[in-house]
Amino acid sequence: MSRLSHEDPVLEVVRAGVRTTVQDLGRPGFAHLGVPRSGAADAGALRLANRLAGNPPGAAGLEILLGGVRLRATRAVTLAVTGAPCAVTVGDRPADPGFPLAVPAGAHVTIGRATAGLRVYLAAGGGIAVPPVLGSRSTDTLSGLGPRPVRDGDLLPVGPVTGPPPAVDVAPYPPPAGELRLRVWLGPRDDWFTASARDTLFSSEYRVSAETDRIGARLTGPALARAVDGELPSEGLVLGAIQVPANGQPLIFLADHPTTGGYPVIGVVDPADIGLVGQARPGTPVRFTPAPHR
Amino acid sequence: MRARRAGPTAVLLELDDDNAVSAAYDLLTAARTEGTLSAADIVPAARTVLIDGVTDPDRITALLPAGGPSAPSPAAGSSPTIKIPTWYDGEDLDDVARLWGTDRAGVVAIHTGTTFRVAFCGFAPGFAYLTGLDPRHHVPRRPSPRTRVPAGTVALAGPYSGVYPTPSPGGWQCVGRTDARLFDLDSDPPALLTPGATVRFVEAA
Repeated sequence: MSRLSHEDPVLEVVRAGVRTTVQDLGRPGFAHLGVPRSGAADAGALRLANRLAGNPPGAAGLEILLGGVRLRATRAVTLAVTGAPCAVTVGDRPADPGFPLAVPAGAHVTIGRATAGLRVYLAAGGGIAVPPVLGSRSTDTLSGLGPRPVRDGDLLPVGPVTGPPPAVDVAPYPPPAGELRLRVWLGPRDDWFTASARDTLFSSEYRVSAETDRIGARLTGPALARAVDGELPSEGLVLGAIQVPANGQPLIFLADHPTTGGYPVIGVVDPADIGLVGQARPGTPVRFTPAPHR
Repeated sequence: MRARRAGPTAVLLELDDDNAVSAAYDLLTAARTEGTLSAADIVPAARTVLIDGVTDPDRITALLPAGGPSAPSPAAGSSPTIKIPTWYDGEDLDDVARLWGTDRAGVVAIHTGTTFRVAFCGFAPGFAYLTGLDPRHHVPRRPSPRTRVPAGTVALAGPYSGVYPTPSPGGWQCVGRTDARLFDLDSDPPALLTPGATVRFVEAA
């Protein structure tokens, strides 16, 4: 995306890190055409960063896997960093995540390695202004829609500022949990599993495996036994669906999940808890609890 | 018809057959257009319709006839037929001819002689699952998938025919190719083949 827009670039990417993508709140509304929702894996962290930077909640920011990014501002800009905790410097001064940061023209901004969690979010006052695709600036790692991942040397445009940073000058947010407790709605296919599999789901400890990405987080732990054999015709999937493939090990679908799938979904993680999964490193213990009906 | 909850803001409607899926999809999208249903996504599939991003999932079934919809609405067949010009030179054409007990020309005659309907989309943006083949002409997937199937490949698997919109791995039996653009971000809608659409394949010169 060396220059994807006619607007003046504001953020020069000196070092892009291991995997940095532009993300907003995704492109819902096209699932019937096979287009994934995409969007920030920890949407709450992106919303908070946008609030701190004076943006509407759905403005596009950067989703930075594990931190380790260096940027240069070509004009004065308000930045805000949230999500996985990390050291931040503006110029040569330490700065704090969770605050609006007034960055002068020409200053370098360093996002250090994340000390916990997976994904750091950076919002810029005005929002990252790469051209939208189907109404969203999100990079969809499953379908390839949206801008390609950010690379060293990219010049990222930032849109016009729409509002001042909020009067409240710090937004506390909890660090990533050491152990996840995820509220689960059983269904739509809980009846494809044995009664003991449903008990196992709520009584066992699972762990996030090394196979966790924007599409989903595979877990390891006690296998969930099927009561119904045979193939399930493909059916629509929701964010947070806990799909159980043939090996019985559950997989929680995240932002870039496919629109349909052919393995039974035993339950759905409450949307309020999805950001926790998007921040969970491999090895993180996971426990499921029944969601209170509402 | 059975409504299954899929989390706090979604319902998966399970229907008797693909005609009932089509009818439910038509009724629900019409309800959304009329404003009686607010939903972010309505996603038909083989035997289900997912209604996602709704505030009152328990109310969904009240929008449908008691006992469930059974036949597509009259409006359904009224859209113009989308024609897909196809060169029948796929790598699996001879295998499909053998499975169908015919020759290459016979495969072309059967495939171009079938009126297909987009049952649902999935797998990739713009990939449509087309139904309409006679059950005698359903074919298994290839024993091992290809690592790369080119964009525009016309292929068959199970009861479905489809066209790969983008290059991808795939296990379907490849019978031909088209230069039709299946997914175009500058079009509205971006997919050429949308649920409910009528489709015919036409042999390209």
